Amino acid sequence: MIKIENLTKKFGAHISLDSVSCEFNKNESIALMGANGAGKTTLIRSILGYYHADAGSVSINGRDPIKHRVEVLKEISFVPQLPPPIKLNIEELMHYISISANVDKDKIMHYANEMKLDLATNMKKSFFKLSGGMKQKLLIAISLAKKSDIIIYDEPTANLDPKARDDFYRLLKQNEDEKVLLFVTHRLEEVKDLVNRQIYMDLGKVVSDEKF
Amino acid sequence: MKNLYLIAYLDLKESLRAKWFVVYSLVFGGLIALFFIAGVTESQVMGFSGLSRLLLMYIQITIVILPIFILITTVRSISGDRDNHILEYMLSFPISLKQYYWGKIIGRFITVYLPVLFAMVIAIIYGAFKGADIPWNIFFLYTGLLFAMSSAFLGIAFFISSFVKSSEVALGIAFFIWIFLLAFIDIALISLMMQNRFNEELIIFIAMINPMEIFRVAAISLFDPELTVMGPVAFYILDSMCQGIFVLVSIAYPLFIGLLFAFLGYKIFEKKDLV
Repeated sequence: MIKIENLTKKFGAHISLDSVSCEFNKNESIALMGANGAGKTTLIRSILGYYHADAGSVSINGRDPIKHRVEVLKEISFVPQLPPPIKLNIEELMHYISISANVDKDKIMHYANEMKLDLATNMKKSFFKLSGGMKQKLLIAISLAKKSDIIIYDEPTANLDPKARDDFYRLLKQNEDEKVLLFVTHRLEEVKDLVNRQIYMDLGKVVSDEKF
Repeated sequence: MKNLYLIAYLDLKESLRAKWFVVYSLVFGGLIALFFIAGVTESQVMGFSGLSRLLLMYIQITIVILPIFILITTVRSISGDRDNHILEYMLSFPISLKQYYWGKIIGRFITVYLPVLFAMVIAIIYGAFKGADIPWNIFFLYTGLLFAMSSAFLGIAFFISSFVKSSEVALGIAFFIWIFLLAFIDIALISLMMQNRFNEELIIFIAMINPMEIFRVAAISLFDPELTVMGPVAFYILDSMCQGIFVLVSIAYPLFIGLLFAFLGYKIFEKKDLV
């Protein structure tokens, strides 16, 4: 599904990804780990087609995520580490997502309910005015409602309380079949029941890659 | 196309709620109100009176404040979204960069153009209510000029926004461009003229490629068809083209500048790292 070959990405003199090669296939749940600055977020952003590589390539189901961004992004759900301060209200945000990605609004409501997030009374509220936990829950609900083959989470539970984390992992368990789940995390113990592969990065390289 | 309209619609809705938009609308609406309260329509300066006088004053102030308003409110459009990671999330959905970029431009254009247009429409309606003669030729000229002017500075703002990573730097560049076009070019050209280093035609030509200058000259051209108040510039312009063509150029040229810069901005946006 995702094929990364000799991917190098530099920012000025700093090498963020140093000839990284790896493949992620269907039914794999991967914990992507490493210290700050190891290149995890750069790798994710390269998969999403945000970065132009200095060398090497990324392909998603045989497609280049930059040249074919619309087709590629139909297959990907993404939740960033920190919810961005989007000024749209929830209704508008859901409208954006339902039109651009063909996501059923009822499904978002369904997963929001599962995450114990009351959307109905907050529809006119700006997204950035929600609490950190509420924002994260909504982004998770959107990611699940999108029904993508590839789900990428960058530290998704950072703002969630223990109960919400349990809800999140329960929903993921129900939705992980036939997908690639990619977690950027510093807390392996939290996702160890979900993942079947662990990649450790350091200084822009993959230093260990274990499947279990 | 639906994604293009979606982005434009959402940007418009977001802008209408923003505090800057309230201030922006109040400034232009307030100007017109102030002119009526101050009795500008009853005064007569250089032979202009009534609504013509009011519109002339409005356009003269607009020349100064419209570009900086557009630049500072728009220049952070993409760079600000990049700065605070909104772009990272919003572009994780299957929307093409072309639709995102041009949708933002359309939405923002409507936001910046409508208040200045509405202010003039209010002036016309109020003037008609008071029984004043409506100077339709001036109204339509100014509608066109403001459209072209808004396009020019919106294009420049999006161009800056597409390559600048931090919104503070974007603001700095926007301010520099405004002050450069508004004052520095004139000051530099006057000093060159005084030193007799270049011939006058070249200096006037340099002045006329400045969209703010062409806007300023065109704004007065219907009041003073021989451009006598413009001094030597009038001879050059009226020697080169007739008044009708000059008016068309004064609308087409800033429009072209705006589209060119917007297009260059898009090319940069497409080729650069998105976040």
